[in-house]
Amino acid sequence: MKFTKDWLDVHLKTNKSESQIIQKLNSIGLEVEKVEPIKNELSDFIVAKIIKANKHPNADRLKLCDVDIGKKDTLKVVCGAPNARDGLLTIYAPPGSVIPKNGMKLEVSKIRGETSYGMLCSESELKLSNESEGIIDLNDKYKTKIGKSFFGEKKGKNVIELSITPNRPDCLGVRGIARDLSASNFGKLKELRKSKVKKNIKHNLKIKIEKNKNQPCSIFGSCIIKNIKNTESPGWLKNRILALGLRPISAVVDITNYVMFDLNRPLHAYDLDKIKNKITVRNSKKGESFKALDNKNYTLDKEMCVISDDEGVLGLGGVIGGERSSTETHTKNILLESAYFDPSIIRKTAKKLDLNSDAKFRFERGVDPQSVTTGLDSAIELILEICGGEVSKFDVQQTKKFKDLEIKFDPKMVLKTVGTNININEIKKILSNLGFTVKTKGKFLNVKVPSWRPDIFGEIDLVEEVIRIIGFEKIRSIEPEKKRTKPTLNYFQKHFHLAQRSVASKGYLETITWSFTDEKINNKFKEKLESVKIVNPISSDLSVLRNSLYPNLIFYLEKNLNRGFGDQALFEIGPTFTGKKPGQQITVVCGIKKQSIDEDNNLKKNDLIDVFHIKKDLVQSLTELEIRKEDFKVVENTPSYYHPGISGSIVSKDGNLVLGHFGALHPKIISNTFGFEIFLENLVEYKAKNKKFKESLTFSDYQKSDRDFAFLVNKDTRAQDLTEVIQNIDKNLIKEIKIFDVYEGENIPSGKKSIALKVTIQSDHKTLDENDLTNISKKIVSTVEEKTGAKLRS
Amino acid sequence: MSDFEKKIIEFKSRLNSTQDSNEIELIRTDIFSKNGFLNSQFKKLGSLSEDEKKTFASNINKAKQELLEIFRVKASEVSDRDLYEKIKKEKVDVTLPEKEFKIGKIHPVSQVIDEISCIFSEIGFSVEEGPDVENDYNNFTALNTPEDHPAKDMHDTFYLDENMKTLLRTHTSPVQVRTMLKGKPPFKIIAPGRTYRSDSDQTHTPMFHQLEGLHIDKNINMGHLKGCLNYFIKEFFEVDKIKMRFRPSHFPFTEPSAEVDIGYRIEKNKIIIGEGDKWLEVLGCGMVHPNVLKNCKVDPKNYQGFAFGIGIDRLAMLKYGINDLRSFFECDYRWLNYYGFDPLDVPTNYRGLSK
Repeated sequence: MKFTKDWLDVHLKTNKSESQIIQKLNSIGLEVEKVEPIKNELSDFIVAKIIKANKHPNADRLKLCDVDIGKKDTLKVVCGAPNARDGLLTIYAPPGSVIPKNGMKLEVSKIRGETSYGMLCSESELKLSNESEGIIDLNDKYKTKIGKSFFGEKKGKNVIELSITPNRPDCLGVRGIARDLSASNFGKLKELRKSKVKKNIKHNLKIKIEKNKNQPCSIFGSCIIKNIKNTESPGWLKNRILALGLRPISAVVDITNYVMFDLNRPLHAYDLDKIKNKITVRNSKKGESFKALDNKNYTLDKEMCVISDDEGVLGLGGVIGGERSSTETHTKNILLESAYFDPSIIRKTAKKLDLNSDAKFRFERGVDPQSVTTGLDSAIELILEICGGEVSKFDVQQTKKFKDLEIKFDPKMVLKTVGTNININEIKKILSNLGFTVKTKGKFLNVKVPSWRPDIFGEIDLVEEVIRIIGFEKIRSIEPEKKRTKPTLNYFQKHFHLAQRSVASKGYLETITWSFTDEKINNKFKEKLESVKIVNPISSDLSVLRNSLYPNLIFYLEKNLNRGFGDQALFEIGPTFTGKKPGQQITVVCGIKKQSIDEDNNLKKNDLIDVFHIKKDLVQSLTELEIRKEDFKVVENTPSYYHPGISGSIVSKDGNLVLGHFGALHPKIISNTFGFEIFLENLVEYKAKNKKFKESLTFSDYQKSDRDFAFLVNKDTRAQDLTEVIQNIDKNLIKEIKIFDVYEGENIPSGKKSIALKVTIQSDHKTLDENDLTNISKKIVSTVEEKTGAKLRS
Repeated sequence: MSDFEKKIIEFKSRLNSTQDSNEIELIRTDIFSKNGFLNSQFKKLGSLSEDEKKTFASNINKAKQELLEIFRVKASEVSDRDLYEKIKKEKVDVTLPEKEFKIGKIHPVSQVIDEISCIFSEIGFSVEEGPDVENDYNNFTALNTPEDHPAKDMHDTFYLDENMKTLLRTHTSPVQVRTMLKGKPPFKIIAPGRTYRSDSDQTHTPMFHQLEGLHIDKNINMGHLKGCLNYFIKEFFEVDKIKMRFRPSHFPFTEPSAEVDIGYRIEKNKIIIGEGDKWLEVLGCGMVHPNVLKNCKVDPKNYQGFAFGIGIDRLAMLKYGINDLRSFFECDYRWLNYYGFDPLDVPTNYRGLSK
């Protein structure tokens, strides 16, 4: 919403300055977004210099000029004037400016294959004279003015732009803003001028609102004005229209726009002579079409509100008028409409047709239903003053009664809500100044809501009105109490926090990537999960919710590779999606590691990463999360995005919960890259179920003995199978098993391998003698041989 | 001089004259080993008379002590000399690089979430969470945003179905709804998380982070709201004083509603927070609308309180001087290294939020 101080003065008698007003508006909830010097029609036209007038490559008569407009870079402008030459000082019109002579709005355009950014002007185009031969040739005096407006900018006057929240349609009119300021002790709201226009002639056009289902139009007021002269608007009106950022068109159109911004009261003017027979307000039929004022054709769905005559659709009620009945400069007789439409249906219609207009913007927020005749009065006053003519009586068709809401208001609510006491008389005064009718009834106030405030429903809204005008700075701040009754983080959140920092401490950089990803990449990782598609994605390569953290991590890893960073370890902790219902998501920690292969670096050769590095990172993090080695086992089946032979899964001892995966990623997806995943919910569930209290520490001081064994096993036997069997032989005596060699080759039959391990044996109760050790060693050999088919190597 | 004495003198001189560790070992064997000189002398004792035995044994023992002492001194002298000679030859270039190590980093958003949690923990808030995928009811309806209201335009929503019933939450406010529906008042929670709007330009990303706050109890009023946020902003920016204003605004789920601006100025192209005559919006807040309480089965006659929503990314940018919101999600190796935090740098109350 834009306005100027002098426009505000039409409604508000105040001695406050513009800057005081701006500050006040902010403090009462009408946020000032911008304050800009006012633009007039001509301030766009800039003094410029042709640096070089080059020949147009595709046209003999045209020139492609490099033009200095006082900015860092010159612009290319195509010009057909014979006098365009190097060094010429002239006037430049940028794209978006409107040429006074013909009202044409400039756009960036291609002329014979060359792009032209704006235009160089002749005197006649700027209405300076009739001279149209060649562009303006300014004298040397203008040399210092390159980049400045030729006509000069009006100093000191500003356009104030407010960002009006959707609950305040009344402030989409200057009068509403004035009313709020007056309630804030910033002046007195002036009475609206009473109309003295005589309504003499007959309103002889039949108008009817049909009783259709969901008919949004409940009031259609109108009058006829005959014998007008639709001229150009006078300067004051043009300037107001320009201040709004609109283009002056003709007096009638400018006046309807003016009233809309003045009173938040949209109006529409029809050329009466173009209306066939009568006006019917009705629901549209599916497939009906019309050409709107924006020069576009619209095909309508059913149940949209149309204003029609016997020939068809004239316009879309409350949204946009039609081209067929539009007023023109030679229009003599008009029908002026002032109607009320239901906000939600207007909104639906405009959304369906993807149509935006100032009228629609207002109707969907709520226009005062009682302003139908006020709006007409305001407009005819101006039309008669500027265009002359005679006015008919008003015709008001109304299908619904509007009753002002009454609220029983307990003024104590103010203290209860804001914590600061406000005097009851102050409360009453503020509400009255805002247009509420306030009557005291015992301890309560009976408050009648003005028809222009569709945002007020109950007591709390009245509290808001009062405190907003009083000012939030008057609320006494209460220091927070430093008291904690509940732990800040729950069990899961603690693990999230710990996992995040645990993985980072292994040298991984934490990333945050989109929760959505490229469907094509995601398909490689989704396994059996369904794709969760976004109906309206931001771009086609971010169209599904991620089923895994890998797609984005790999994408960004590769981006960094292209930036020249070979050695990388990235991770993310966050949601992946298992379905499209709320809650169908899990928390995953995913790390990814890639090492650049640098043949020349001998120092690094012994440090090459392999699957056991990534396994170390994973197992160490699990250990830090207090999932110990004896709590899980490793199995080979992993999702298909891992290298089938070089990857594993960490599962609970019973095999029911997958805690994580690790391994080389499938070479078809990405080469030489390792990764791991931790499934945090599973981990926390497993831990919670097997919660162990830390027992007090005991340790044995008796002699420890190590025994080495080498077993010959089948090539596909897993080390874990041996260690598990040994561990289970005697949990009290066998303290540790360490694999120290795996060997294939010479002296080993094909299909076999040798696994060498060191078993640490220690009793908590005595020093083991040779006999005890021999017994346990024999038991280890016999059990392993029996259970795994291994043979002790001698 | 007896043969014995001659032999002892010979050993002494051998020991004294040698500088070679092998020779020393040889001498040691000659004297002290099982078949060495001393043992051979002890063996002779048996053939002697009692008197001779006594004298000879004492002589052998005396000689043994002497030889042992000489041997010990000589052996340590030679081994020391050998060691120093060896050390002299050992020399590495210690300016060669150490074994490679990688310092991991915590993303600034995560760090700031921890900082904020730390601040609110101190005044009794606990952390709640909610799903990223929400239903239309929790995201809009329960929060008093009517169907077809322009307020919905403020959130350009990503939908997961054509009927627009499931969506990616546009704010963290649905966590309010979930928290209230599953529990009983009082409520005192914060809820950080990912939020989504279909918006992408210089200052907007389709995903960003918000932190919701909710405090509902018997008598919680706007004074508490002001105090709480004043406290938070001061703690977060780690300053004693900060210029701050509450400006009335509108959100469907709070009434009255306010936006909070903090003062700033630009000095040498850098933003200085907390002073100056420019204003920067940092969060939205207000008293929870009675309709929201009703929708969440909380009786507005007995309970009331405030809610707020903070843009986490924006705060991270302000506190740590990061210019471009989009860079948060671009995972540039250099950016992550530069703006990331050491994982050991956990924000705490006693040590302070930042290093």
